Amino acid sequence: MAQTLQRTPIFERHVALGARMVSFAGWEMPVQYTGVIPEHRAVRGDCGVFDVSHMGELEVEGMHAFDLLQSLLSNDLRKLDVGDAQYTLLTNDRGGIIDDLIVYRTDQHRYLLVVNASNRDADYRWLKDHEIRGSDVRDFSDEFGLLAVQGPRSLERLGLPEAKSFTWTMGEVDGIEVMVNRTGYTGEKGVELMCPAEDAAALWDATVARGATPCGLGARDTLRLEACYPLHGNDITPETDAISAGLGWTCALETDFTGADELRRIKADGPERKLVPFVMTDKAIPRQGMPIAGGGIVTSGSHSPMLDVGIGMGYVPAANAEAGTELTIDVRGRPRGARVVKKPIYQRKES
Amino acid sequence: MPAQESYPDDLKYHQEHDWARVSNGEATLGITWFAQDALGELVHYEPPDVGSTISKDESYGEVESVKAVSDLIAPLSGEVLEVNAKVVDAPETVNDDPYGDGWLVRVRLAEPSELDTLLDAAAYRASLENA
Repeated sequence: MAQTLQRTPIFERHVALGARMVSFAGWEMPVQYTGVIPEHRAVRGDCGVFDVSHMGELEVEGMHAFDLLQSLLSNDLRKLDVGDAQYTLLTNDRGGIIDDLIVYRTDQHRYLLVVNASNRDADYRWLKDHEIRGSDVRDFSDEFGLLAVQGPRSLERLGLPEAKSFTWTMGEVDGIEVMVNRTGYTGEKGVELMCPAEDAAALWDATVARGATPCGLGARDTLRLEACYPLHGNDITPETDAISAGLGWTCALETDFTGADELRRIKADGPERKLVPFVMTDKAIPRQGMPIAGGGIVTSGSHSPMLDVGIGMGYVPAANAEAGTELTIDVRGRPRGARVVKKPIYQRKES
Repeated sequence: MPAQESYPDDLKYHQEHDWARVSNGEATLGITWFAQDALGELVHYEPPDVGSTISKDESYGEVESVKAVSDLIAPLSGEVLEVNAKVVDAPETVNDDPYGDGWLVRVRLAEPSELDTLLDAAAYRASLENA
């Protein structure tokens, strides 16, 4: 049965640009405008803009907002001053990953969580269920638009000052007031601009007028895969843990967040399998769900527009996780060679 | 540069968006403009082996874009005489020239009478409009 898809405040702009629209996490989103490969290259070479207004925005406020989040999120919130941002995980009792997200400290006793669209409701319920006196959790996703402007020339094109990554500040683009977050999902310099939903279409127009190339979810996926950023639902799930996924650096194991005991045990014993990036040595494109010989599985796979080969990530037994290890992937019945590489799969040389 | 939409009159078409150019008991096969446009820029061509047999209406290989895999459906049965190596090396050739340099295989026809089941350009164009 057809479900009514939600639309972002920029929907009409996508249609007017001739985007190919797809259903994604309950939203009608652009997968590409001119093509995945040219959009991908625009971000690596100059600047692209993505409508990511489908992502969720949750706010936790109150005298005990810190206590609530320090007990539910894996990273150490004590490191976060007002103006800072942090990549962190929402974990379950088994150390599994409910979601990966970025938390921004917006005030002494207020935090903004930008979460995956597909997990917005689950995250909200989890936070609500654990709410303590003095910590108010709200979902205000529908009130905001979010644009990711990414690429080596992104700040210059927007007329924004340089800033350290994982910080935020209030700013403006052509008269539109925005929260400027120095974060992204492409492996390039860039910002994520948050504004009231009613300003989002004008902000989109302003970034495009300043030379940002409209980019869809297709390029967003190939860019993040080259950068080896995990995708929740593919590479990390409530059934997979941070240690096996190579996200131990986001876990303050000396603190007591949900699932920390289990994660300490996995770290002490050593994970049985690890998430590794790989590059195909044979001509083939790996896809999610393909078996890897020896008891592994591909969790993300695609074609690398920069390297022009198949690339991917997958779980393999820990013994096969060293960079340089040769893998054999079952590509619809055909055995095809791949090699484990170091992260990231692709990084642009600074010119 | 992506090609402009066209469906040449000298080709025969299969509903699954494949074309055949037939002469002297042989056929060159490929995918139509509509198929390459729906897939987007091709990044992989998995061809059949030379000498293998392909059967009408069945898959004889695959093409992939960044996002999707698509079976190649044989419009006619026959033995594979040649695979287009240029497309193996540069699959985007299909997007640039789907009826020329972007051909996929050349086959010796096993059942020339199968030709009668294929569509001419006008009928194929009509099937796209009714889809």
